[in-house]
Amino acid sequence: METVTAKLTSKELASDQEVRWCPGCGDYSILKQVQTVLPDLGRPREEFVFISGIGCSSRFPYYMDTYGMHSIHGRATAVATGLKATRPDLSVWVVSGDGDSLSIGGNHFIHMLRRNPDINVLLFNNQIYGLTKGQYSPTSEQGKVTKSTPMGSVDYPFNPIALSLGADATFVARTLDRDPKHQQSVIKKAYYHAGTSLVEIYQNCNVFNDGAFEVYTEKGTKKQNTLMMEHGMPLVFGENADKGVKLDGFKPVIVDLNESTVNDLWVHDEHDLVKATILSRFYDDASIEGHFPRPFGVFYVNENKKTFNDLFNDQIEFAKTKYGTGDLNKLIAGKETWVVN
Amino acid sequence: MINALDTELESVVIRFAGDSGDGMQLTGTQFTNATALFGNDLATFPDFPAEIRAPLGTLAGVSGFQIHFGSTQINTPGDSSDVLVAMNVAALKVNIKNLKKGGVIIINSDGFDSRNLRLANVPEDKNPMNDGSLSEYDVKIVDVTKITRAALADSGLGIKEIDRCKNMFVLGLVYWMYHRPMDNTLNFIKSKFKKNESVMNANIKVLQAGWNYGDTTEMFANRYIVAPATMETGVYRSIMGNQAAALGLIAASVKSKLPLFYGTYPITPASDILHELSKYKNFNAKTFQAEDEIAAICSSIGAAFGGSLAITGSSGPGIALKGEAIGLATMLELPLVIVNVQRAGPSTGLPTKTEQADLNQAMFGRNGECPLIILAAQSPSDCFNMAFEACRIALQHMIPVFLLTDGYIANGAEPWKFPNADELPEIKVAFASERAEGDEKFMPYLRDEKLTRPWALPGTKGLEHRIGGIEKQNITGNISYDPANHELMVKLRQEKVDLVANYIPLQTIDNGPDSGDILVLGWGGTYGALRTATSLLLEDGYKVSHAHLRYLNPFPKNLGEILSKFKTVVVPELNNGQLVRMIRDKYFIDAIPFNKIQGMPFMSSEVVNKIKEILHNEGSVLASKS
Repeated sequence: METVTAKLTSKELASDQEVRWCPGCGDYSILKQVQTVLPDLGRPREEFVFISGIGCSSRFPYYMDTYGMHSIHGRATAVATGLKATRPDLSVWVVSGDGDSLSIGGNHFIHMLRRNPDINVLLFNNQIYGLTKGQYSPTSEQGKVTKSTPMGSVDYPFNPIALSLGADATFVARTLDRDPKHQQSVIKKAYYHAGTSLVEIYQNCNVFNDGAFEVYTEKGTKKQNTLMMEHGMPLVFGENADKGVKLDGFKPVIVDLNESTVNDLWVHDEHDLVKATILSRFYDDASIEGHFPRPFGVFYVNENKKTFNDLFNDQIEFAKTKYGTGDLNKLIAGKETWVVN
Repeated sequence: MINALDTELESVVIRFAGDSGDGMQLTGTQFTNATALFGNDLATFPDFPAEIRAPLGTLAGVSGFQIHFGSTQINTPGDSSDVLVAMNVAALKVNIKNLKKGGVIIINSDGFDSRNLRLANVPEDKNPMNDGSLSEYDVKIVDVTKITRAALADSGLGIKEIDRCKNMFVLGLVYWMYHRPMDNTLNFIKSKFKKNESVMNANIKVLQAGWNYGDTTEMFANRYIVAPATMETGVYRSIMGNQAAALGLIAASVKSKLPLFYGTYPITPASDILHELSKYKNFNAKTFQAEDEIAAICSSIGAAFGGSLAITGSSGPGIALKGEAIGLATMLELPLVIVNVQRAGPSTGLPTKTEQADLNQAMFGRNGECPLIILAAQSPSDCFNMAFEACRIALQHMIPVFLLTDGYIANGAEPWKFPNADELPEIKVAFASERAEGDEKFMPYLRDEKLTRPWALPGTKGLEHRIGGIEKQNITGNISYDPANHELMVKLRQEKVDLVANYIPLQTIDNGPDSGDILVLGWGGTYGALRTATSLLLEDGYKVSHAHLRYLNPFPKNLGEILSKFKTVVVPELNNGQLVRMIRDKYFIDAIPFNKIQGMPFMSSEVVNKIKEILHNEGSVLASKS
């Protein structure tokens, strides 16, 4: 009889633990999309490892019937780097939030990006501290009134995409909890990228920051405020796909497609770091007159930078080839010995 | 020319002292290697400032290297020196107080000029070279700079490069004084400067010039013979503590057949473990210099989860940063070795000076009830044994293990009769094995008789599970907020530590009788000083014993029994009283603390005096003196 390895199903990826996010939380959608995408990747369940820090998002590993570690605040990236360095055979994922990765874990976050281990990072950005019940986060807009900032936050927010590009990340993308198809496609691309893949996911916290992203998700406002980037395609947006972005030198300009042609538009090239950097700065508040639409999709991919795990292990292999497998007796004896009779 | 007379000595202490840039550490290390190869027993004490190049010529910039070698057993670098090499005024001023009366001072006269006097805050009319203040010593004034420059006049090198060879002149001269073979240093120079022949030749020439200077001038009426020590037969090498720790870790990796991962962040005095391990990639040793101390330990936890022999190393300030992650490792019940090469604290403290003040930190320095295993190495070579032990216990008990060493043994050297790799025990590690569909569900916190949980590696079919810092239900490993379960888990984690006592050696008395009036109970790097002190007291007829702890949590099972056989227990420590509190707490005995907190090791004479004082106060001098 022929044995057939049954394809992994989404159901098998759900652990037996009750999911305990607040009803209506954007996290549910992300969990669902990850469980939907993983079976398509053709890997057995035991090869997936989800590592998280602390925060609402970081409960994620408990709900996946894969290997997982719920580590400590801000350090999932460091734990994952150690695991991937020593076990490059595994598919390692980091699940983190804006507080976890950009505040307490900011240092590890940028250093992971510069090193470029082959890890997929799902950064749930809800622009608020949820687990501690509603303080402003490093991505909250300035002036945010929260429990800890009754007069409004004076901090300027981080722009996670620009930060990641600044740290020389090799895969930088943004998606939304409310767009399952888009999420799935971005998560898949992140998986297939060899190197650290940073996926920022706008995620609604319906308890402490409800509606933070509604201009990008709701019917009446979505199309005029979002720019869905596709590699090789012109940057078009607007209610009736009637607006576009063109480049005047290095200056992006919004044009009306009733007045100019699609051929004049900026064609998205995800391998172009300079253009990705300009796109990352489309970060205006949607209430500002003449603001640029918020881009979603893959900003930038660099397939040419070797991964940390490869470089790290190549040295080990090189040393073994050059010096031969270590001889413990020789090592312990060192270079100079003497005999006492 | 007259031939110098040879005098035979049992042991000698030499202190090389100069400016930070004078190469005294290199000089001392070379002399150490030559002496070790010659067959003497020895102990060394490098003593240097934290600044790489402290202000030139100042007291703060003095770097010293002390070596004690002999034909008898040598346990310490010596309380005071017989010979002081002073490259400048500051070096003399700092070190003269520890020179024995009548001792030899070799002065580099160039370092005693007006400028050096000023930098060392010595008035012009008080130049020690000629103001009579050194009349109690045997002073040899040598213009090292002038002779070195003359020797290298034709070398084609610049003045700066020439002056850098000065330390070789001194080394050559001291080699001559003590009949040391120079081959080792000649080989070192040849290999170090193989790419720069003129510098290589210059160093060799000056080294020989130093030797010849001793041989031809009439300044030195005596040469000294220190015969090889009568040591246990076998093959020896010279070893420093950090080096030994690194080798012990590699040995554990080989013997457990697990790849080693060392996640760390540079810090004095622990960095040499990283430097050493990073050379052994062909042993499958992976070193990771992380962005900070927290990432260092977290990367190691990731590696441990994946099945590596995971280690992190640091010193006190770094260990403080690792605290939360050590708690995580305790909850995860994964094997992890944490090496702390202690230095004087708190905060930055005295980075290059030694101390034993992190025992409390290892014992209690985390939130919640967080017990773990604590081991301490007692000498440079013992760092090998205890590093190996730390790995063995971590791997076989699925638990974090602290290994405490200190700056003194980390940088100190001694001869080591090293083991053959075949004599080292295998470290058996069994990972949980694959399960098929329909098999019983894997329970990540199901425990064995040692209370350890299974080590289930990602990638193993059927063992998918989640671990984390939130309290876990025993057996299933699921998150649990159940009050009774939390108490159970806290007790289980404690019991798991306590049970390790069944898997470590019993405590022994190192020196002296099994019972009596006074037991000197030490731990870690003070071993040499306490051993010497006890030997001296025993020779004087005092009934004193010495036991030295290397297992600090849990204590060896018989420790209480040993303590109960002595009227008084004295606990000398380089801190403000840490082990003594643990002993009092656990055994309800009135143990007496003896503390030194000066960033310096104990002198054996200090310990001898203290013990005599205690015996005297207790009115038992006569009773004790048999």
